[in-house]
Amino acid sequence: MNKKVALTGNEAVALSMKQINPDVVAAYPITPQTEIVQFFSSFVANGQVDTEFVTVESEHSAMSATVGASAAGARAMTATSANGLALMWEVVYIAASNRLPIVMPVVNRALSAPINIHCDHSDTMGARDSGWIQLYSENSQEAYDNMIQAVRIAEHPDVLLPVMVMMDGFIISHGLENLEVMDDESVKDFVGTYKPDHYLLDIENPITMGPLALFDFYFEVKRQQAEAMKNAKDVILDVAKEYKDLSGREYGLFESYKLDDAEIAIVVMSSAAGTGKYVVDKLREEGKKAGLLKLRVFRPFPHKEIAEALKHIKALAVMDRAESFSDFGGPLFAPIRSALFDVKNDIKVVDYIYGLGGRDIVPPHIEKVFNDLEEIKETGKYDKLVNYLGVRE
Amino acid sequence: MTIVIFEREEQIKMSDVIEIRWHGRGGQGAKTAAILLAEAASRVGKYIQGFPEYGPERMGAPVTAYTRIGDKPIRIHANILEPDIVVILDPTLIRATDVASGVSENGIFIINTIESPAVMRKKLNLKGGRVFTVDANNISLETIGRVIPNTPLMGALIKVAEVIPYDDFLKIMKEEFEKKFKSRPEVVEGNIKAMERAYQEVKGE
Repeated sequence: MNKKVALTGNEAVALSMKQINPDVVAAYPITPQTEIVQFFSSFVANGQVDTEFVTVESEHSAMSATVGASAAGARAMTATSANGLALMWEVVYIAASNRLPIVMPVVNRALSAPINIHCDHSDTMGARDSGWIQLYSENSQEAYDNMIQAVRIAEHPDVLLPVMVMMDGFIISHGLENLEVMDDESVKDFVGTYKPDHYLLDIENPITMGPLALFDFYFEVKRQQAEAMKNAKDVILDVAKEYKDLSGREYGLFESYKLDDAEIAIVVMSSAAGTGKYVVDKLREEGKKAGLLKLRVFRPFPHKEIAEALKHIKALAVMDRAESFSDFGGPLFAPIRSALFDVKNDIKVVDYIYGLGGRDIVPPHIEKVFNDLEEIKETGKYDKLVNYLGVRE
Repeated sequence: MTIVIFEREEQIKMSDVIEIRWHGRGGQGAKTAAILLAEAASRVGKYIQGFPEYGPERMGAPVTAYTRIGDKPIRIHANILEPDIVVILDPTLIRATDVASGVSENGIFIINTIESPAVMRKKLNLKGGRVFTVDANNISLETIGRVIPNTPLMGALIKVAEVIPYDDFLKIMKEEFEKKFKSRPEVVEGNIKAMERAYQEVKGE
């Protein structure tokens, strides 16, 4: 049932969309996401999918058309990167607030300025409070698997929230790698037919979507959204379990890599996690007790599980591929450090901001982080709470 | 991973992955070669990565691309800093870029040039390592009809370091080119000939 192939991240995601065969895709091309739209539109042109493909003049329209299609009762998707996501902004919130189970691959790319087409996480980290579930992928395999699972997570009646599926721009989107893909039938069976309970084109049960709600109801709507996000955690795990039975590949809220007996560890997301595991293996050979936590699900934020997985670590580095300009580290640092607050184990937690605008992160960079952690572990002290890795200053 | 180096069985390095760095100029097909070789290796059951370093995409601008081939899953996601093999599609890059950066004592250079390996060794200012040369420009001109050094260099690479068995490589390349150039069998034939000729003609020290 699994077939071994070599695909780029964009090819893998486009293939997942072909197999999911959504009712509507409205998308606008932007580097490095362009190929997803290009490949998918050729599937439409070749009659390989039944999808209504809506060509639009901007990302604001792409998300608006996707919201409209989803509200009407269709399984709807779009895809974007960086400035495209920024242009969608107001409609991104509207998708989540209207509880529309849209799935959107986002190929992570730095936001302008300066103009840059390469990877960092500034685009989707900016959207972290928009109410979308966020799944980050280490490689093409995970991007493919996350896309298929995202449909089930989004459409689950306890959730009904849109899902962003991330992969690193160019590093994954344009890199050829091995992966296993499933046959069309298996994916079709797994995602099932979308049968929404409430939708605009249900003329027997007319509803209103997106009305005015002032101090009378707005707060309740937000409270329900928060509850849905809370529910998402169990649903993500249930879907992962079912997906494992089908594919043999295991997913959780995060991946713990050699953490059990680790004394020093890093928290990292996406493609750099692969490089991190390579470094951990090397350090383990040298007898160092190094480990790694790769976060897959950033929204909802699995704070309890993270605290449990890291509670015994003596010195921890959080790796952020985005700057939040808070003077208090990147967007991953603050919630990780906060999650560990109740552990009361005096874990030293420092932040490393890396790879902005596609700056390559190589094993020596991560080795340096672990060396710093060794020293922090020994002395119980650190020089800087927030560090910048691989930058000229 | 043990591979045949220029018809001699040799342990190329302790690691499980062979890392190849391609230096070319926009239009010479460095990216295509890096990805095509990875794809061919994947077809014979290897774990692979193939990716270019995307910069300003202009004809003639220096381009770097990478291929990793291994027997185990490859998790590292970074450019190749210490390549086992460096393929140089344009010898004028030797002055423009540090093509030997990070290459070890056992490193292998495969260069598209009319010069001999000894001359290129001097130009590269190499003490260790091994240098191989092939006139890929002329081979491609005579077989494909235009100067496109990437395919002949792939043939030379397979001769120098048999990361994929030669017969499998030719068979897979033929299938890939047939997919790409359905209506132009002469292009398929030309590319295969280019690889065969470079395989025969590559010279080592």
